Amino acid sequence: MIYLELFLGFLRVGLFAFGGGYGAVPLIRDIVTEYGWLTDEELTVMIAVSESTPGSIMVNLATFIGYDQAGILGAVLATLAVILPAFVIILLVMFALKALMKHKYFRAVLGGVTPCIIGIILATGIFMTYGVIFSAENGNLSISSAAMTALLALIYFGSKPVFKKQLSPIALIGISAVLGAAVFGIMG
Amino acid sequence: MGSTDKNNKLGKPKKTKMLAELFLTFMKIGFFTIGGGYAMISIIEDNCVEKKKWITHEEMMNVTVIAESTPGPIAINCSTFVGFKQAGFLGACAATLGVVLPSFISIFIIAMFLDNFLEIKLIANAFKGIKCAVGVLIIGAAAKMIAKADKSPLFWGIFGGASVIMLVIDFFALNFSSIALMLAAGAVGLLAFLLTKKRGGEGK
Repeated sequence: MIYLELFLGFLRVGLFAFGGGYGAVPLIRDIVTEYGWLTDEELTVMIAVSESTPGSIMVNLATFIGYDQAGILGAVLATLAVILPAFVIILLVMFALKALMKHKYFRAVLGGVTPCIIGIILATGIFMTYGVIFSAENGNLSISSAAMTALLALIYFGSKPVFKKQLSPIALIGISAVLGAAVFGIMG
Repeated sequence: MGSTDKNNKLGKPKKTKMLAELFLTFMKIGFFTIGGGYAMISIIEDNCVEKKKWITHEEMMNVTVIAESTPGPIAINCSTFVGFKQAGFLGACAATLGVVLPSFISIFIIAMFLDNFLEIKLIANAFKGIKCAVGVLIIGAAAKMIAKADKSPLFWGIFGGASVIMLVIDFFALNFSSIALMLAAGAVGLLAFLLTKKRGGEGK
């Protein structure tokens, strides 16, 4: 029963994938091979597409694999399953959060975890930028990507001192898409 | 959540308006998030904290921590939190549905019509540009969090340690979960609290 399999498989992904989409990829690979839905190569293409389309990578992959395996109903079920655990857990946490925040021990733990997460986010940003500038396959420097990144960083961080208002992240995404199509189209 | 009770008592038209606003705002957030949850943090901060003032920066920081320490897509954690805070259970549903819809629609279109989506040169190039922006946005999100944090020696110690360890994990593709790192950081936070409490006699 493919519908049930899709639902249970993606429920497992939603329940055990910590730290966002990139953490979910190995889990999704596990269930996909376990149920024999896709070859590794097909999955790799789907991951690339999911990273380059709007929305959460996990949701994109669930929709994609669900649709591929069982049409619209499959897509709906897989997507629902992957978001359900996060939805329920956050609702539960919100009920408990106010009471928990009164506890000094909880606040002490939170005070330790918060700087750690800022560190993880910074490291992820640096690693991703590195991966864009130096090709993943051979480690060669891509001058056009490096110039592009520098230009975008200048636009984004420079907008605040110059215009007294930081450029919105959405505007930056828009600018980067247009610049990317132009610059990489010309320079390759 | 104090404002939840207040908002639940809103009149019907006002509540419907809030639900529509949550849905549309999160649809916009979902549409412009490419490359995963961390890039989304900048966009949510810009829309929900700075423009709409639905949540404070501190709450946003807490949601990020909760999102990281609980399973599931970060986008869903954030939309559920903000939606529930503004308009209760229905608000959580409206925001979550909004953030999921762009994923759903774009994947559908690609699966049905564009078999070789990434082989279209123009799209591939535009995406290469977006990828450069995603790294910048994520570093920007971290910079903003650092700027607004309470910068104690403990903060710098844990932040510095976590950054370096995570970079090593990433660059050497080590099989080490960030959850273990977070647990260790939580333990350090608790330990530091207990130590200062002991040294200072009665803690606050």
